[in-house]
Amino acid sequence: MELNEHLFRRESGRMVATLTRIFGVHNLQLAEDVVQDAFCRALEVWKFRGVPENPSAWLMATAKNRALDVLRRERTARTFAPELGRLLESEWTLAPTVEEQFTESAIKDDLLSMMFSCCDPRLSEEAQVALILHILCGFSVDEVAGAFVSTRAAIEKRVSRSKKVLASSKKLFDLTPPREVSARLPAVQRALYLLFNEGYHGASPERAVRVELCHEAMRLTAELLKHSLGATPATYALAALMSLDAARLPARVDAAGNLNSLFDQDRSEWDQGLLTEGLRLLDLSAEGTELSEYHVEAAIASIHARALRVEDTDWKMIVTLYDQLMTIRPSPVVALNRAIAIGQEDGPDRGVEEILSIPDPERLARYPFHQAALGEFELQRGKNHAARQHFLAALAVARSPMERNFFEHRIAACASKPARDRRAGRATQAS
Amino acid sequence: MSEFLYLYRGGEQGRSAERAQQMMQKWMTWMKDLAEKGHIKDRGQPLERTGKLVKGKKKSVVDGPFAEAKDAVGGYTLIEARDLGQAVELSKGCPILEVDGEVEVRPVMKMNM
Repeated sequence: MELNEHLFRRESGRMVATLTRIFGVHNLQLAEDVVQDAFCRALEVWKFRGVPENPSAWLMATAKNRALDVLRRERTARTFAPELGRLLESEWTLAPTVEEQFTESAIKDDLLSMMFSCCDPRLSEEAQVALILHILCGFSVDEVAGAFVSTRAAIEKRVSRSKKVLASSKKLFDLTPPREVSARLPAVQRALYLLFNEGYHGASPERAVRVELCHEAMRLTAELLKHSLGATPATYALAALMSLDAARLPARVDAAGNLNSLFDQDRSEWDQGLLTEGLRLLDLSAEGTELSEYHVEAAIASIHARALRVEDTDWKMIVTLYDQLMTIRPSPVVALNRAIAIGQEDGPDRGVEEILSIPDPERLARYPFHQAALGEFELQRGKNHAARQHFLAALAVARSPMERNFFEHRIAACASKPARDRRAGRATQAS
Repeated sequence: MSEFLYLYRGGEQGRSAERAQQMMQKWMTWMKDLAEKGHIKDRGQPLERTGKLVKGKKKSVVDGPFAEAKDAVGGYTLIEARDLGQAVELSKGCPILEVDGEVEVRPVMKMNM
């Protein structure tokens, strides 16, 4: 039988979460070791006997049996989860208690508890995302470093520090008090959003790695939606945003690995299934009075999704939505995207004017699409020389080979004749 | 056709979930390929790395059986091949070789020498 791609990674998060529930969060390392051991056994046994009927269940059962071994062997030497306390001490209650922790619904809750634990307010957002990727998505430290284009040493340090913080909490995040869940939820949404963005805009030169980060973020957001306290309008909006953006992934990078901006994408390549799903989720998010940044961003993405051709885009509406986003969650990048939308609606002169009036432009100095957007508008105005200078500046701060390649193409475009008829300013963040 | 035993030793176990899965998929592809070409007599079994060693007339029993995990046989497969040369050639596709492991190829003695 064929295995799902990344099955081990998927199962890794569930197994670590459940074992951590049983062993206690201070024994996180032990839980990870047991999971590692289960994978080794799977590797050894399956390669001779073939993949079992239900590989997930096999892995879980192996993890459970190892857990029982560990609990029996070490119950005098270690303390395990305080909330299970006595039940793990007696042989009468040990097996049934552990059995109970391995039911499908318990595992699902554990995964979510772990997700909330990873978003501990004592950790930076970067650390939270790294921890989610490591613990819940089963990425090794090397693989996290690869995904973030960071060094192994830096990630190792970040992950081990974060784990210490996690281990110092008394137990895994408790999902029962609604107030605490609601209080932590925005941080969880934010971390998943950042994880998705790391995949979508991130620096990893490997397309497969970035796509996987997007998929992992979507998978965990779907897990969040399965829990009544997690399924808020903002979570639906976040899921909608991810689906709508992910729908564009097939068109965003061509076969040769070149980045296509929103303006150049072959829209027939957009994933219709994800678009439909995104619009459905967006409908579901429209309940209640809460208007999150994810609502607004998903609404913007839905306008792009609905435009069959780039010329059909309702830029006026997009400008209005960016205005809203500037009040909910202002940032230099949002200001830039707003300016670009104005340029699309009212022409390149207005576009340049708006970009130049963004306060504190130095905050965008490391963001290559700032200069690139100016370049596009200058190109549309027929000022090829000025455009070239901007693209050169963008190239100088490009964050990945793909971006570098993209700006090199734009620089080359400046050498050709001015093409005034082209309305499109391509270099938007929202590609 | 003659029979040969492959004995697998050592080999890194796959440091991450992804690596372990990739490694396993490589094994299954290799085994499947051998099977399709009619070389597999018995897929064999994995062996635990622990066990006991029983020695001498005194039948002393010690833990072990090996000083180092990398020396332990991790599993075996019974192969059918034309001759030792072919059996060696076929073993070169084994994924364990990519991760510092080794395959010992041993002809099974025949009854009618």
